[in-house]
Amino acid sequence: MKLLTGGIALTQEAELAERLANDLDRHFEQLVLAYQDRIYAFALRLTNNPQDAEEVAQDTFVRAYRALLTCTREQIRTLALRPWLYQIALNNFKNRVRRKRHPSISFDQAGPTNALEPLEDEQQSPEMLVEARETGEMLGQLVAALPQRYRAAVILRHIEGLGYAELAAILHQPVGTIKANVHRGTALLRKAISQQIYEKEVV
Amino acid sequence: MEQQEQDGRALLGKLRASGAAKAPATLLPAVMMEIGRGDAYTRLTSPIGPVFVAYNAAGVSAVMRLDDAREFEEAFRERFGRGVYPASEPPEFITRAWSTQFHNHTRASLDFDLRDLSEFEQAVLLKALTIPYGEIRSYAWIAREIGRPKAVRAVGSALGHNPVPLLIPCHRVVRSNGNLGQYSMGGSEAKRAILAAEGVNLAELDSLVRSGVRYVGSATTHIYCYPTCSHARRITERHRVPFSSEHAAEHAGYRPCKRCRPLASAV
Repeated sequence: MKLLTGGIALTQEAELAERLANDLDRHFEQLVLAYQDRIYAFALRLTNNPQDAEEVAQDTFVRAYRALLTCTREQIRTLALRPWLYQIALNNFKNRVRRKRHPSISFDQAGPTNALEPLEDEQQSPEMLVEARETGEMLGQLVAALPQRYRAAVILRHIEGLGYAELAAILHQPVGTIKANVHRGTALLRKAISQQIYEKEVV
Repeated sequence: MEQQEQDGRALLGKLRASGAAKAPATLLPAVMMEIGRGDAYTRLTSPIGPVFVAYNAAGVSAVMRLDDAREFEEAFRERFGRGVYPASEPPEFITRAWSTQFHNHTRASLDFDLRDLSEFEQAVLLKALTIPYGEIRSYAWIAREIGRPKAVRAVGSALGHNPVPLLIPCHRVVRSNGNLGQYSMGGSEAKRAILAAEGVNLAELDSLVRSGVRYVGSATTHIYCYPTCSHARRITERHRVPFSSEHAAEHAGYRPCKRCRPLASAV
């Protein structure tokens, strides 16, 4: 049984879709519980702002519910829930950016944030925690500052751990394009990180 | 070259770790409330101790008296088929209504979510809502008032299923003979306690029940009332005329009070 990143296995996802098809109102809460951490984390990496991330995630599930209301049972039963939710989240995020005309943050403008917590289940010394938080914060800022065409691809591939087939479904792009974007995005990140580390050492 | 590869792997590891975020606890309730599939709740003090009060966009949906939050959440889900989530603080429309009801002793203007109830049940509850603070009517009275005079038992069970006791005062409805009857939220003891808190003279009521008195008339106006009607309470002792039934009152030449509307005229 292949475990997905959200802690819900593919077979469970199919079962959940089946339950939603039979009684949406009774089981929708389970959908939120199963995917809220993943969708929130995705939104957090896109926005690098906990408040925005919560709004994007909230909107995602509300829209998902309203969309499911208009679907036939058969459509719900065969729905791949996970990529579908990521897709809604991504659209929400893009719409918000368009609405707000959020200027995309450049690498050196991004301010400090507590958005990123280190993994809880690892035993770490206070120094390691501080360092992890610092690099985590920096990484979060840098990811959120990636150009949009790379950002979603990098997050979905390297943070959410999705496969290229799923990415293609979410992003509506050919796998080749996505692979290239993931690669370029990651290269940009690497470059930005080495620059930041360099600046840190100089200062 | 090797160094670069190592850095690359380290970066991927860090990226992966940066995705370990937990959704805030407020997310699920916000979603469920927004789509109308979940309510919020708060705990408030009442004459019979603390009760849980649930609400949603339509209004107050439930009042329940249970020992702890978990029990309440389960009971709510069981009954309404949707979740209920703790509110950080009670919304103003509820605290205002609550204090109107229990401190100013007048009816709070408040919306209720009664959508799961039948039309009949809704009619019963909305009628009960019109019974003034500190006054008592009978199941038969409600049945007659809503145009279903024979449905007395059904009125009783509709009141028994009142999802918002205290706020819709089903405790002000008793049997025709004056016996208090049942109460969903803690039995007749709780019913007595709530009525006592509303200033109902239970000792007097008990003695009326024992002597078979159902109505009180005024010898000066020749009008008869339910004993707890505010008009009945204005009748001076020497002009008070007890009646055992509406027929007895009408036979003596009395007419029913227009405020509390005793049963008679329909019979």
